[in-house]
Amino acid sequence: MKILILGAGQVGSTAAHSLVREEANEVTIVDHDPEVLRELQDRLDVRTVVGHAAYPEVLERAGAREVDMIIALTNSDEINMTACHVAYTLFRTPRRIARIRAVEYTSRQALFRGGLAVDFIISPEALVTEHIEELIHFPGALQVLEFADGKVRLVAARAHEGGALIGHPVRELSEHIPNVECRVVAIYRGGQGIIPDGDTVVEEDDEVFFIAARKDIRAVLSEMRKLDDPIRRVVIAGGGNVGVRLAKALEDTNEVKLIERNYDRARAVSEKLDKAIVLHGDAADEGLLLEENIDSADVFVSVTNSEESNILSAMLAKRLGAHKVMALINKPAYEELVSAGTIDIAIPPQQITLGTLLAHVRRGDVVKVHALRRGAAEAIEAVAHGDGRESRVVGRAIEDIQLPRGATISAVVRGDDVLMAHHDTVIEEDDHVILFMSDRRQIDEVECLFEVGVSSV
Amino acid sequence: MTRAAVQRVLGLLLTMFSGTMLIPIFVSILYADHAWGAFAGSFFIILGSGLLIWLPVRGERRELRLRDGFLVVALFWVVLGLFGAAPFLLVEYPEMGFTDAVFESISGLTTTGATILTGLDTLPKSILYYRQQLQWFGGLGIIVLAVAVLPMLGVGGMQLYRAETPGPVKDTKLTPRITETAKALWCVYLGITVACALAYWVAGMNPFDAICHAFSTVAIGGFSTYDASIGHFNSPLIDMIAVVFMFIAGVNFSLHFLAWRATSLKGYLLDSEFCAYLKFLGFLTVAVLLYLYWVGYYGTLFETFTKGLFQVVSIGTTTGFTTADFAAWPGALPIILILSSFIGGCAGSTAGGMKVIRWLLMYKQGLREVQRLVHPSAEIPVKLGSRRVHHRVVDAVWGFFAVYVLVFGVLLIIQLASGLEFVSSFAAVAVTLNNLGPGLGEVASGFGDVGAVGKWSAICGMLLGRLEIFTLLVLITPTFWRP
Repeated sequence: MKILILGAGQVGSTAAHSLVREEANEVTIVDHDPEVLRELQDRLDVRTVVGHAAYPEVLERAGAREVDMIIALTNSDEINMTACHVAYTLFRTPRRIARIRAVEYTSRQALFRGGLAVDFIISPEALVTEHIEELIHFPGALQVLEFADGKVRLVAARAHEGGALIGHPVRELSEHIPNVECRVVAIYRGGQGIIPDGDTVVEEDDEVFFIAARKDIRAVLSEMRKLDDPIRRVVIAGGGNVGVRLAKALEDTNEVKLIERNYDRARAVSEKLDKAIVLHGDAADEGLLLEENIDSADVFVSVTNSEESNILSAMLAKRLGAHKVMALINKPAYEELVSAGTIDIAIPPQQITLGTLLAHVRRGDVVKVHALRRGAAEAIEAVAHGDGRESRVVGRAIEDIQLPRGATISAVVRGDDVLMAHHDTVIEEDDHVILFMSDRRQIDEVECLFEVGVSSV
Repeated sequence: MTRAAVQRVLGLLLTMFSGTMLIPIFVSILYADHAWGAFAGSFFIILGSGLLIWLPVRGERRELRLRDGFLVVALFWVVLGLFGAAPFLLVEYPEMGFTDAVFESISGLTTTGATILTGLDTLPKSILYYRQQLQWFGGLGIIVLAVAVLPMLGVGGMQLYRAETPGPVKDTKLTPRITETAKALWCVYLGITVACALAYWVAGMNPFDAICHAFSTVAIGGFSTYDASIGHFNSPLIDMIAVVFMFIAGVNFSLHFLAWRATSLKGYLLDSEFCAYLKFLGFLTVAVLLYLYWVGYYGTLFETFTKGLFQVVSIGTTTGFTTADFAAWPGALPIILILSSFIGGCAGSTAGGMKVIRWLLMYKQGLREVQRLVHPSAEIPVKLGSRRVHHRVVDAVWGFFAVYVLVFGVLLIIQLASGLEFVSSFAAVAVTLNNLGPGLGEVASGFGDVGAVGKWSAICGMLLGRLEIFTLLVLITPTFWRP
C-alpha cells in the first residue's frame, strides 16, 4: 500500500516506523523541517518531502495522486483537515485519515460526514485517556483493549499471589466462575509466549491475556490476583490535554487532584474542571505530595510531556505510598526499563494510537488492531465476508481454518452475541472474529485469510 | 461635565414623563372621582418645567459622556420622584404634605411599595391607579437602566454578567444597539404585564384591580388598591397567580428575552444565578412551611401552604404584597423573611435587595477560602457556570457588600435617633434599602406614623437601594465633579 504521512512528529514517525516494517508498504513523509526528515530517512526506508503539508503543490510532489491513503498527523488540526480536503478535491486520494485533537471539532461528527473530506479522525489524546480510564476502572489490569464497539474486551493482567487460578490449569476457570464466558488466549512467562490449552497451569508472575465481556472482567481478574478495591482517589501529574481529559472523565466518580507546574496553565485548567482540585506545583516535590496525602492515593498517573519526569515522579509517588502508579512513556527502551521495576503500569501512547491507525492499513475488513507487548504481538478484529465458496473462513469450523502458527481465534461476535471460540464454532458471514497473534509477522497470512475472492496466498 | 447635555436629557425625560399624567385623567373621568384636576395641574407643571429645562439647550449636539451617565441615572429617580409627587400634593383628598407626597412617589418609582397612606379602599380611583402606574414605570426604568445603561457605567449586578457569565447571557447586550435592547426589554415587560393582568382578571378580579395589581406585581412593587393588599381578595387562586408572576419578575429580564426569542426554557437552567434563585426561594419556602406547620399557626395544611408560600415569594423577591400579617408570625419567621429580602431577586430584574448573583459569588468565595486552607497549593477559581469570575468582580462584590452594610448602619442610627424603637428601625431600614415595602413593628403596615426625619432617611434608603448605592455615592465624591 502506498501511504503518505503528513507531519514527522512523535506520532508521525512512530507510524512511519511501524508501517515500514511491513514489506508491502511504501511510505512518504512530508514535514516542513528538513532536519527531522533527514534524521528519519537515515533510520527508515522512506521517501521524504519538505514543505507545508496542506499546500497542493507539496502534496502533488509527495505523490498524492498515486497514494492509496493519506494520514495527516501534523500538530495542527486545521492543517490536517485542510490537507485531507485538498488531497481529495484535487487529487482524489482514496482514503484520508486526520489527527484531530480539539474536542470542539471532534464533538461535531457531522463536520466529517459529507462536509470535510476526512474519512476517519483519530485523536491520540482521547485514545490515551480512554485507555487510562479503563485501567482505573479495572484495577489489576495491565491493559484493557476494546473490540466490537466495546462488546468484548481483551485484558492483560499479571497473575499474583491470592489469585484463585494460580497453580491450577486454565480448564478450571469455568468451574471457579461458572456463569462467566471467558477465554485465556495467551500467557507470557519470563518474556516467552505460550499458547495455552486447557491443561496449561497458571503460575505466579505470568502475564495472562484473557478475553471477556466488560461486565465479567472483574470476576476474571479476581481469579488472577487478589482483587484491588475500586479506585477512589486519583492524583494526576500534568495538566496537558491528556491530564485534563482524564480529570474531566473521572471527576464525577472519583476524588481527583491534578498537579500542574506552570501557574498560568494551572489557572486555565482549574477553569475547565468542576470538581477536581488543581494544584500548582511540581509533581516531583516531595513536600507537595505529602501535603496532599499521596499515601492515601489509590492511583498516581503522571502524564506530563516529559517522560523522564513522568518516570521520576511516579517512582517518588510510589515510594511515598501511592498504591499504584502509572506513567506515560513513549520510548520503548524506557518502557522495558520500568516495567519490571517500581512503576506498575507504563502507558505507551504511540502504541495506543498506532493500533487505530494500523486497522486502516490492513487488507481484508480489519476493524481494529491492538499492538501488544510493545508491538511484538497483535490482537485484531476482522469481519468475515463472502460465502463458503469465496471465503476461506465463512462456513468453516474453527478447527478447520488454516491459521498460521501462533495465531488463534479467541472469540466471535455475532450481532450482539459474544461467542467464546471453541474448536467446533462455525464462522458465519458478517461475524466479527477476534484473533490473537503472538507474532505479528504472520499478519499477512491472516489478512489474506479474510480477503474475499483471492485464490491463493 | 457636559452640563448642557445632561440638562437636555433631563428636560426631555420630564417632558415625556408629563405624558403619563394623562392616563389618570381618563381614569378619573371614567370613575367620576373628581380628582382629575390634580393630574391636569401636574401635567402642565411637569410639561412646563420640562420645556423650561429643555428649550434653552435644545440645540445642544454634544454627546453624553460616560461619566454623565451616573448623573442622568441618579437624576432620573430623584427628579422624577420629586415631580411625580405633584398629583399627591395637588389632590384634595387625601390631603398630603410635601414629605408624604415625595415619600409615596419615591416609594412608587423605586418599586419599594412602602406607603404612608391608609384607608386605600376609600381613595379616588385615579390616585390609586396613579400609584400603581408609578411602580410600573419605575420597574420599566429599572429594567432598561439595569440591563442596558448601568453596565456601561460599570456598576450594578448586571455588570457581573457582562464580564464573566457563560451561556446565553454572555453577550448581555441582547441586541447590538442599546435602543433596540431597550425596546426588546420593554416588549418583554409589557408582555408579562399583559399576561399577569389577564390571569388576575380570569381569576376573578375586576379589570381595574387586575391591571393595577399586574402593574405592581411585575414591577415587584407591592402597592395595592386595598389596605389588605392581595389578602383582600381572599382567593388562593389569585395568591398563586401572584406567586408565579412575582417569581417571574424576579428573574433577569434578559433571560426572559432570550427564552422568548429562542422559544426554549433551556436558557434558564443554564444560568447559575437563576438556579441559585430557585434554590434559595425553594429552601426558604420549605423552612417557613415546616415551621408554620410545626407550631400549628394555621388550622389547615392548605392555608399554611398558600399563606406561607405567598409570603416567602412576596418578601423574598422584595415585592411586599401581603395575604397574612407576617409581622405577627411566631418565632424567628418575621426576621427570617425580612433578612431574606437582603438577597432579593436576580440582577437585571425589577427586584431589590443585594441580588442573588452577589450572594452567590460571596458564597463561592467563602467556600474557596475554606478549600484553600485544606489545600494550600491548590488553584481554585471562583466560577459562575463554567467560567472563571475575574477577581476584580469578586472584589467589587465585597466592596458593594461593605458599603451596603455601612449605609445600613448609618440609616439605622438615623431611624433610632428619630425615635423609632429597635425592631421597627431595623425593619424600616431593611425594607427601604432592599425596596421591599412592609416592615415590622411600627412600620408593619406603613410609614404613616414615622416622623419627618425617619421618612426622609427612608427616602434616601429607597433611592440608594434602587441605584445600587454606588451610582449615588459616586455623585458625592469631589473627584466626580472635577473637570
